[in-house]
Amino acid sequence: MKLEIIVAVIVLIFTAQFLYISSTTDAEYGGADGEAEGVIEELTGGTYEPIADPLWEPPSGEIESLLFSLQAAIGALVIGYYFGYYKGKKQPA
Amino acid sequence: MEGFLPGPWWQIWFAISLPVIIYGIYKLNELIKNKRDLLPLLAVAGAYIFILSSLKLPSVTGSCSHPTGTGLAAILFGPAISAVLGLIVLLYQALFLAHGGLTTLGANVFSMGIAGPVIAFVIYKVCTKAGLNFYMAVFLACALGDLATYVVTSIELALAFPAQTGGVVTSFKAFATIFAVTQVPLAIIEGAITVLIFKYVIQVKSDVLVKLDVLSEVGLRKIKEMTT
Repeated sequence: MKLEIIVAVIVLIFTAQFLYISSTTDAEYGGADGEAEGVIEELTGGTYEPIADPLWEPPSGEIESLLFSLQAAIGALVIGYYFGYYKGKKQPA
Repeated sequence: MEGFLPGPWWQIWFAISLPVIIYGIYKLNELIKNKRDLLPLLAVAGAYIFILSSLKLPSVTGSCSHPTGTGLAAILFGPAISAVLGLIVLLYQALFLAHGGLTTLGANVFSMGIAGPVIAFVIYKVCTKAGLNFYMAVFLACALGDLATYVVTSIELALAFPAQTGGVVTSFKAFATIFAVTQVPLAIIEGAITVLIFKYVIQVKSDVLVKLDVLSEVGLRKIKEMTT
């Protein structure tokens, strides 16, 4: 259990950090990617035009979070199956 | 960041990443043919990258970024196979989420699929050689591998967009302030969670770790004695 407790403490500190910063500043929590695009604009004096556009973009924030959740769900399914399967196999019925 | 790497940079990163991907596919084929009992763990390593790279977490800088999850694959299967797994996730995000991008795919494969895993792999090997505790070695490897991905991303962007005064170094500082600083807490979380994954793999199917040369028989026995 020791490792789990250490990890839980780390996750708690992370959460506290989020609560503290989000309540004391007006941070927007945008993607770091977007901010980097801002830096590129500054460095080039706003002259840089992206050389390509995404082939397809999620039409809304809802669709985007749907696809991100799907990605996480697929991953979680596989990992849960793996650990469940081998744990079950170890214990004779 | 589709379209945000101008030529010749996006071609250069494709050219560097491609041989690694080809070698990774070759290694993957070998694994699939000869070590079928390791396939479930390969699926776990891929799935782990899927989950972690989908979680955009809020960081101390007031912006969000996501961990990479590639350290697990790197320690288990080595950097070349990790590069192929990273490519799959990057393609998913580029095609369905307008995240990452296709012109930038070469650069992203290099930073997330190659540089991060290589750093993680090397740190793991050095730490275990030096006799560091197994879980501490996993933590350091995964956290620093995660961080390395974003340091390399900053280098890639700095090379493509050198500042008019100060050049590449100045732009690197600007990009690293965003990417690398944001990533520090996320890298710590990734390292910690990956340690738990290893703990559970040891609990349910520890023999695969010996087969993959991640741990020696002796090392494994020591860890088991320590935790029981």
